[in-house]
Amino acid sequence: MATTANGLAALEGHVPDEEKPGFKTGNHAGQVRTCETTGLPVCLTAQRFIRLNAVAAVVFLLIGGVAALLLALTRWPTVHLLPADWYYRVLTAHGLNMLILWIIFMEIAILYFAGTTLLNTRLASKGTAWVAFGLMVAGALAINGAVWSGKADVMMTSYVPLQAHWSFYLGIILFAVGALIAVINFLATLYIAKRDKTYAGSVPLVVFGATAAAIIAVVTLLHGAVVMIPTFLWSLGLTEAPDAAWYRLVWWGLGHQSQQVNVCAMVSVWYLLGTLTTGAKPLNQAVCRGAFVLYILFINLASAHHLLVDPGVGAGWKIWNTSYAMYLAVLASMIHGFTVPASIEVAMRKKGHNKGLFGWLFAAPWKNPGFSAFFLSLVIFGFLGGITGVTLGTQQINIIAHNTLRIPGHFHTTVVGGTSLAFMGLAYYVVPLIFQKEYPAKALARLQPFVFAGGITVMAIAMSFAGSYGVPRRHWDINFTGAQFSAGFDSTAHLMMGLVGIGGTIAFVGLLIFLLLTVAAVFFGRSNAGKKMEAW
Amino acid sequence: MSISFPEQGWFKAPSAGERLWIGLAIAWCLVLTLAMPYWHFKGKQNSTGEAYRVTPAEFYQRAQKFIEAYKVGEDRYTAIVQPPPGTDVYLTARMWRWDPVLKLKKDQTYRVHVGSMDLNHGFSLQPVNMNFQVVPGYDHVLTLTPTRAGEYSIVCNEFCGVGHHTMAGKIIVEE
Repeated sequence: MATTANGLAALEGHVPDEEKPGFKTGNHAGQVRTCETTGLPVCLTAQRFIRLNAVAAVVFLLIGGVAALLLALTRWPTVHLLPADWYYRVLTAHGLNMLILWIIFMEIAILYFAGTTLLNTRLASKGTAWVAFGLMVAGALAINGAVWSGKADVMMTSYVPLQAHWSFYLGIILFAVGALIAVINFLATLYIAKRDKTYAGSVPLVVFGATAAAIIAVVTLLHGAVVMIPTFLWSLGLTEAPDAAWYRLVWWGLGHQSQQVNVCAMVSVWYLLGTLTTGAKPLNQAVCRGAFVLYILFINLASAHHLLVDPGVGAGWKIWNTSYAMYLAVLASMIHGFTVPASIEVAMRKKGHNKGLFGWLFAAPWKNPGFSAFFLSLVIFGFLGGITGVTLGTQQINIIAHNTLRIPGHFHTTVVGGTSLAFMGLAYYVVPLIFQKEYPAKALARLQPFVFAGGITVMAIAMSFAGSYGVPRRHWDINFTGAQFSAGFDSTAHLMMGLVGIGGTIAFVGLLIFLLLTVAAVFFGRSNAGKKMEAW
Repeated sequence: MSISFPEQGWFKAPSAGERLWIGLAIAWCLVLTLAMPYWHFKGKQNSTGEAYRVTPAEFYQRAQKFIEAYKVGEDRYTAIVQPPPGTDVYLTARMWRWDPVLKLKKDQTYRVHVGSMDLNHGFSLQPVNMNFQVVPGYDHVLTLTPTRAGEYSIVCNEFCGVGHHTMAGKIIVEE
């Protein structure tokens, strides 16, 4: 804390030093280094597990990415690459590797970072972190083994009574238990930091957001246990099949809520990258934190919008739940959608970029891929993802959208153009700061977020248009060759499917640049240990 | 900064700009909240969610009885059924076909029972693009009034195994 010489210190005198917000004595017992760039204390145990989880995340991103390219080239009518059975198999693998494995491994890395470095504490338990990581890797391998060997062509949702090999369900359970243990390790880290008084004051906003994500994750993973354990027992032949409608209800308590964990983690990463790239400060801590609390309280209701045209639940239940209790979780996103860019604007204006209404935005550090990935993620998630999400979650509109390509058109702008892109932006800081390696070919890295965002935007918009012509998702042949009765779609829908293929391919190129640069940096990059990271 | 500890006294009311934005957002949320139930009653486009538990075997029996009673022909090994207006109509989904072909009259109302013999299926009526989930173990009752004559296809839009993309049925609406 800086002392002031102008007499103000006397006014603040009633706050003893040990209670002033900030870092106090850490509890690392020597297992710590000070980051040369940010000056933050990095717990060496946490650093190891941040690295391990980030590497695992990128490996599964690679698998999911190759699957994505194959799918884009199959749904592009002129190319129609894969045979039907492999299309469905690769689609199952794509969903699981991307939505579950890549994103959750990355989120565990974020939790370990936010829990330790920002609170000046050590990780609560090294052994627990190993157990969590081991279970998650074992689960991920079991899932991929079952899917790629053709024993689980059931899509990510695996709606019963469609049955996969038991190792598939076991893999999901192992992965979920591992993730739950990692989340508990994060919560325990918060506890020991408080107990050991490693800091004073309220936790930083990023830690608050990460904690909100962790709380939603616990609720999500419990839903996963409730639905997956009976399904696993059924796949072993020990019990009857669970009720198909019950499965859909509880599965979406897992399936959709895990997306809300992603939203929460992504918004925290937005705040983090906003600070790292422009020095932005949250304008009003109470407003930002209040919005996170709204997520915790209301976002779980959103799972219901998957059942809007289902039998088994009534119209009143559907309307109340899909409105997230009067759109209070949407309100939270609207608030972040204001506070995040506003904090950037204030930071940029303070640096003197005051020309016109948007001069601050043009002057923003667009050459920094950490910034461009973050800001493009904000725009894609907010304008495309958020608006389509609220629209599709309306009872009336859902009738013309359910299970059409409008649904993947929506979520490729939330979890891919939103979350995945934000996490890529994060990687441009994780690698230099935590792996202490510099990215090679920085010019290519500067370009990468634009290529990826452009491709995914074209693909998602084309998907949405094709879906509004009725084109189903998860479908190998929209010409219905060999079907009993003829069916098909407008020629505009075919044009849109071509654009899905082209946009998907461009997005894959963006992904490939990210993967190659990141792998090159981690394994062959110049070390910056003992130095500041090079400015982007 | 979002990664550092907030100063003491950080808990304060939003400023004018923030209050305006949050106020607008809340107002919009309320509009959306009221719009959904309003159009549910006013628009009369939505299913009330009428559904009953039924075993696939029992649903099959009812559907067979219905087909025998009103069968008027056959098309590609599938019965064409013309039920009198106002009656209960049965449509079964299974890997990978829809049974039977329905012949309905324009502007007449039918109670269409949709059920599955095996897995989840998706009832997707094209080209009007109307979609409902078909869940095994449930009799999903849709009260439908066709408003335009013509031939419509029913495609499956819930993944139901490797033949999923060959699952298409037919509804004929006559003047």
